[in-house]
Amino acid sequence: MINPQMVMYEEEFNQIQAVVDRLVRDANAKVVFIVDKNGQLIAASGDIDNIDTTSLASLTAGNIAATGGMAKLLKENEFATQFHEGEKANIHIQLVGNRVILVVIFDSRSSLGLVRLRVKKASEELNHIFESLLKKVQEPGADSPFAEITDEDIDNLFND
Amino acid sequence: MSFINYMAREINCKLVYYGPGLCGKTTNLQYIYERTNPEAKGKMISLATETERTLFFDFLPLSLGEIRGFKTRFHLYTVPGQVFYDASRKLILKGVDGVIFVADSQIERTEANLESVENLRTNLAEQGYSLDKLPYVVQYNKRDLPNVASLEELRQMINPTNVPDFEAVARTGVGVFDTLKAVAKLVLTELKKGS
Repeated sequence: MINPQMVMYEEEFNQIQAVVDRLVRDANAKVVFIVDKNGQLIAASGDIDNIDTTSLASLTAGNIAATGGMAKLLKENEFATQFHEGEKANIHIQLVGNRVILVVIFDSRSSLGLVRLRVKKASEELNHIFESLLKKVQEPGADSPFAEITDEDIDNLFND
Repeated sequence: MSFINYMAREINCKLVYYGPGLCGKTTNLQYIYERTNPEAKGKMISLATETERTLFFDFLPLSLGEIRGFKTRFHLYTVPGQVFYDASRKLILKGVDGVIFVADSQIERTEANLESVENLRTNLAEQGYSLDKLPYVVQYNKRDLPNVASLEELRQMINPTNVPDFEAVARTGVGVFDTLKAVAKLVLTELKKGS
């Protein structure tokens, strides 16, 4: 199959959500979210009602992709960490296991040092979770729910 | 690369609008954005220059409804069409599930169309994809202009493999949703097969 699917199951989702929830508290962050490298939002925590996480996810992935492109030109493997400092909000972006992106948005109630420290620990945990998730997805018999959809199901989606 | 989320009961797919500079990729997205219910769409993001040329990409998230209890979401991206933005185009193709090639029907853009299709093929191949295996549709845009090539000519040049193709005037919306629906269908059909 040319297009391997990214799949998220309940068990791993709960583990990831727990890490993200804890990171919000431990890092004194406003928002923490995880995006895959294609810009799909995987999990989010904190004050997420007031921000457009879908747009942020896509832009973060674009940012990481562009930085990765620059790294390649400089014969670097990746630039795994990025930090953007604003007047009120700051963004810390960390590539985890070259697979997903961990984004922490924080203000003056936290500090870059604290965020970096907590992100490091959370990254290790996330890396383990995603590794086991990947194994699970590659196991034979991990059926897609779409195996049983019919052409009619697809057509129905487009009946306006 | 589609993303199936059992927890949120969602399936996410990525569609990319490709084509030469000024062929109307962004205009396609703008029309879709204008004509979609607010609850079915997110914010449209355009990373463009001051003269409204796409610099990196446009992005529009769309929900199409449910299939078997799973929400289907499509993320629509455009690439920057101008030749010198090739590095950015490659990045946007990462993880793509379906491609729409928007051709500029004007006779003087023939070469630009051909160059862009070739560039699409090359850039996909670099990522390990083959245009012949990917859900792929072609749109012949700007059919309302006086100096356009005939449909037969365009087909012969741009669509030798006979994928689904559509005539369009993206500015007024002609053919825009037909094109989108066709590629979305192909992507979902591929998901069905690919499991």
